[in-house]
Amino acid sequence: MSTPIAAPAFVNRHSFIELDARARAQSLMDPGSWRELVGPFDRMESPWLPLQGIAPQSDDGCVVLKGTIAGAPSVVIALEGGFQAGSMGEVSGAKMSAALDLATQDSQNGKKTTAILLLETGGVRLQEANLGLAAIAEVMASMLALREHAPIITVIAGTVGCFGGLALAAGLSSYIVMTREARLGMNGPEVIEQESGIEEFDASDRGLIWAINGGEQRVAMGVADELVLDDAQKIGAAVQSYVKAGLPQVHRSQQVELYRRRIAALDASAQIDPLMLRQSWNTKTREGDTR
Amino acid sequence: MELLEFDYPSAVRRVTRKAHVGVVGSGDMEVLMEPAEQHGAHVSIRTSVNGFGGIWKAVLDRFFARYDGAVRIHINDAGATPGSVMLRLEQAVEVIER
Repeated sequence: MSTPIAAPAFVNRHSFIELDARARAQSLMDPGSWRELVGPFDRMESPWLPLQGIAPQSDDGCVVLKGTIAGAPSVVIALEGGFQAGSMGEVSGAKMSAALDLATQDSQNGKKTTAILLLETGGVRLQEANLGLAAIAEVMASMLALREHAPIITVIAGTVGCFGGLALAAGLSSYIVMTREARLGMNGPEVIEQESGIEEFDASDRGLIWAINGGEQRVAMGVADELVLDDAQKIGAAVQSYVKAGLPQVHRSQQVELYRRRIAALDASAQIDPLMLRQSWNTKTREGDTR
Repeated sequence: MELLEFDYPSAVRRVTRKAHVGVVGSGDMEVLMEPAEQHGAHVSIRTSVNGFGGIWKAVLDRFFARYDGAVRIHINDAGATPGSVMLRLEQAVEVIER
C-alpha cells in the first residue's frame, strides 16, 4: 500500500477549468474572507429568457464575491460559461457593472479595491439584444472609472474563451491572464465562417483557431500578459502577483498610437502569419518606455 | 418551457440550511434547496424540455421515498437526464445536511 504511484505532475494538479464560476471565484480569494453579493437565493434572474421558452439561472450566470486576495480588498466577478455560454444579459451586466462601481466607490473612500474578472463568455446574450449591448457599454464605463484607482485583472481560463463585446472589455483591463486552452477574440470562429465563408475561416480547424485566438498566441503577441497552466494554484498565484503589482504605468488600451503604427505597418497583401505577429508585436514595450 | 409543481406532505423533518448546486447548462440543471415555510416538502421546476412531467414525478417520488427533509426545492433545468437529476438532488442534500 505504501508504494508511491509515479504520476506526472499534471495528473495531480487542481484544474481551474473544471470548476464552475462560483468555485473559480472562491478559489482565488483568501479562505473565509469572502461573501457573495446578490447570490442565487436572491433570485435576480433574467426576466427575458422564460418569455422565450428558456430556463433562466438564479444568479443569471454572474457570480460576485467580495473579500480579500493576499490581504488586499478585492472583488471577483465570474461569468458561468456553462449557462448560455456565459453571455451578458440585462441582469448579469447590471451585477457586473454595479460590482465594479462599488469597487470604485470603496477605492475613492480610501479602501483601494482590485477587481478580478473571470470571463468565459460569447459576449452579448442575443435573446436580450440591446439590453445586453447596453450592459457591455456600462461595464466598460465602470471599468474605465475603476482603473483610475485600482487594477482590473482579467482571467480567461477556458474552455468557452472570451469573445464579442466582453473581449473589448477585457482589452480595457490592466492585466490579462490566459491558459493555453483559452481563446480571446472579437468574432468567434463560427461567426466569421458564417459571415465570410469557410475560405475565410474554417471553424472546424482547431489548430488554426488556437494559432490565432489561443492563449499562447495572445500572450506571445503581447495582447495578454501571462500564460499559465490550467492549475488553480498557479492561476491564484498569478492573480496575487498582479494584485500586489498594482496599477501598470500605462494601460494597454491607452497605447493608441503604438497599435495604430503596428496595424499600419502590416502588409495585408499577403496572408498574415501568427508567428510573424509574435515576432513583430511582442516587444514587451509599452508606449512611453525607452526602446 | 414548462412549469411543474409537486408536493410531498410526508417529508416533515426540519432542516435549517440552504444549498445551491449545478448549472443550467445543456444536459444539466441547478437546484435551490432551502427550509420549507409550510408543512411538508414542495418542488417547483422550470424546464426547457416539455412533456416529461411523468418522468419528473417518478424521479421525485423515488427521491422522497428516501429523503424526509421539509425542504422547498426549486429546479431550473436545461435537459438533465433522470440520472443527472437524482445526482444533483443528492448533491444538494449532501450540502444541506453537512
